[in-house]
Amino acid sequence: MANTVNALNKKITLEQALSYMEDGMTIMFGGFGGVGNPPSLIEGMLQKGLKNLTLIGNDAGFPHIGVGKLVSEGRVKKLIASHIGSNPVAGKLMTEGKLEVEFSPQGTLAERIRAGGVGLGGILVDSGIGNPFVEKGKEKVIVNGKTFLLETPLTADIAIVCGHTADHFGNLTYNTSARNTNPLVSMAGRVTIAEVDQIVETGALSPEEIVTPGVFVNAVVQSEGVNWKWAWEEK
Amino acid sequence: MGLGREIREQIARRAAKEIKAGMVVNLGIGIPTLVADFVPSSVAVMFHAENGVLGTGPSPVKGQENPNLCNAGGFPITAGVGASYFDSATAFAIIRRGKLDMTIMGALQVSKSGDLANWIVPGKRVPGMGGALELAEKAKRVIILMNHTDKYGEPKIVNECSLPLTARGCVDLIITEMAVIEVTSLGLVLKEVFKPFTVEQVMALTEAQLTVESTERS
Repeated sequence: MANTVNALNKKITLEQALSYMEDGMTIMFGGFGGVGNPPSLIEGMLQKGLKNLTLIGNDAGFPHIGVGKLVSEGRVKKLIASHIGSNPVAGKLMTEGKLEVEFSPQGTLAERIRAGGVGLGGILVDSGIGNPFVEKGKEKVIVNGKTFLLETPLTADIAIVCGHTADHFGNLTYNTSARNTNPLVSMAGRVTIAEVDQIVETGALSPEEIVTPGVFVNAVVQSEGVNWKWAWEEK
Repeated sequence: MGLGREIREQIARRAAKEIKAGMVVNLGIGIPTLVADFVPSSVAVMFHAENGVLGTGPSPVKGQENPNLCNAGGFPITAGVGASYFDSATAFAIIRRGKLDMTIMGALQVSKSGDLANWIVPGKRVPGMGGALELAEKAKRVIILMNHTDKYGEPKIVNECSLPLTARGCVDLIITEMAVIEVTSLGLVLKEVFKPFTVEQVMALTEAQLTVESTERS
């Protein structure tokens, strides 16, 4: 990556971004219920025919919204998420044994992603103590007399995130609640690709408004916008 | 599920009475989402959405939605006075650190000791626990809004949950289309019965034993 992208100008085309992705990769995505999923990168992944992917992110979107499309089209072999309730296709594939799903409680998942992103070896969480589904296979650690589960960090070959504005260094701002898991995911990719509504000259963003420092971002892609109808929009 | 609009609103209206000024409250998907509409504007509440918003405002005017500004159910919201945006780790820091005064959510089953099952029906539906586990474990008060019975007419308020638990002993209050039931250390207490139901009807459709504290009808 360092050889192909200028650290001071990380803007690349969608095609260049897709060239980093291969079948079988682990890809982490930002977003929550489709909001904040990067639409153009996901469309590109579909077009490219990527398959056997392991996806890591909050949820399975909706069948025709966001990452849900990758799941619905059978491109995903494993999903690490907090729920798949909004995507019945994911549930069906899971029941049929065509999709492996690993559930983490939502806040634990966010912290596992953050832990991966910030270089921690694990986190100690008391959520799900006493719950056999959550505890299964996890080491217990006692700190000051209190019991915690050792939850492992998550990282990915590629992290794809959705921002509002990026500058050429990759500094990112977000749009309202589309921020959600994006700042966490942006830190956790070996290669992080940010899709944004607008790209500006480095220096145009105020240091105060930058949420993700560009040092975590390897490449920036101009978004072509959402190409789906939201669940709340009239059909 | 299966409840008409009027009944859903009746449940939401009753739940709204539990919300007091100054509270920080998380509303789940479904009937709980409706609760905000029944909180008087004179009662200042900070509504928390676990995707990363604190201080959500009234629903947006149709046609003026910002598709990026949504609650955890993916429906458009607005930012109210004093609202803030943050990432999902911070959203759950608010939950984990016990900053939520109340969470209002749905359920598949609740037991006599306040155990909550709402994330999986083995072999049938496996939606995943989402944020419900942390909300149920950590909020100071957990209020459940649900049908009194399941789609087969079987009681959802039971002695022991047959479905896998989300969290143990976490529920404080249950509001259904039939009744308001409080979970106490001595068991379930029937607080209110909604018209047109009778105490006997409520008891017949509740597996767990109910102590009848009053026959208040509302």
